[in-house]
Amino acid sequence: MICNRILVLVFSFCTQVSLAQKAELVSLDKLQRLMASTDQPVQIINFWATWCAPCVKELPLLEKLNRERNDVKVTLVSMDMDLDPNPEKVYKFISRKNIQSRVVILNERDPNSWISKIDSSWSGALPATLIVNSITGKRRFWERELHEGDLERLLEEVK
Amino acid sequence: MNTMKKAVTGLVVALFFAGSPVKKGYDVGDSATDFKLKNVDGRIVSLADYKDAKGFIIVFDCNTCPYSRAYDERIVALSKKYTPQNFPLIAINANDPESSSGDSFDNMVKDARRKGYDFPYLVDETQGVAKAYGATNTPHVFVLIKNGSNLTVAYIGTIDDNARNPSDVKKKYVENAVDALLAGKPVTTTKTRAVGCGIKWKDA
Repeated sequence: MICNRILVLVFSFCTQVSLAQKAELVSLDKLQRLMASTDQPVQIINFWATWCAPCVKELPLLEKLNRERNDVKVTLVSMDMDLDPNPEKVYKFISRKNIQSRVVILNERDPNSWISKIDSSWSGALPATLIVNSITGKRRFWERELHEGDLERLLEEVK
Repeated sequence: MNTMKKAVTGLVVALFFAGSPVKKGYDVGDSATDFKLKNVDGRIVSLADYKDAKGFIIVFDCNTCPYSRAYDERIVALSKKYTPQNFPLIAINANDPESSSGDSFDNMVKDARRKGYDFPYLVDETQGVAKAYGATNTPHVFVLIKNGSNLTVAYIGTIDDNARNPSDVKKKYVENAVDALLAGKPVTTTKTRAVGCGIKWKDA
């Protein structure tokens, strides 16, 4: 009887873990490789955090684009660990919101040493979005909230 | 030939402007302008009110941002340390309460009490001061040094290098800048960047 209960517990724990999409903890080096990736013609790298209301508000626009455009790859870079060393909150968020885009969690200290390496114009404020077209070599950095139509316009600008 | 010359000059000018981004706010070394903003106690505060000040620590802050909250106690500590040395701290909230209701003036009054802010916590209703300074996120610090009636920007950036944990801080950027200025020495690190909440701007 106890054994059965334990089995049920273990089983339900395993399904919960497998349901939650994995979000890899990445270093700055790894993130820079993702930014330069050519697996799709256009990379959209969005910097966000679970505590950031405007970030959470714009996520559906990024998810929609990731779903609908075969030539665009969206990567959501969580900055949560800058304030909270436990990534659990991010895992739960991804699962609860059923996020389909790739999510990575940046695991770096001393933001002043690396913010300008992401983009020289970035103050570090969230949300922020980088759009890179690996074919034309054009890139745009958007340091403000995305509204309906912004992503489409930015995609045109890097064509 | 003349047309050619004009075209080349035009191109050079265009390239020059394309390469230099539109200047937004202050850089280190710029003169800063004074302001008149309403404090949580209802009074209007201006930097000119501080006749004996040697300089100012201006913190663009807010009620709602988790980064601001992570730094609340450190902001209070900065004021406790430097106000008696005639280097007062002034906090300014520029967030648009329309998009962030927790940042309304009434909530600022409550929040100042909760956080133990015993220094001015001013509302920048038009966001004009935040724009003039070039504040982007919260908390965003501008250290000003006073020479006669002139205010010069001496440091722009974050308070220290670890938002998460005050006991893991290795670089106290603001303290180092103010200590140097009080000792009449040049500031070593004059500009830093940090992850933070973007200021909630009013829709243009």
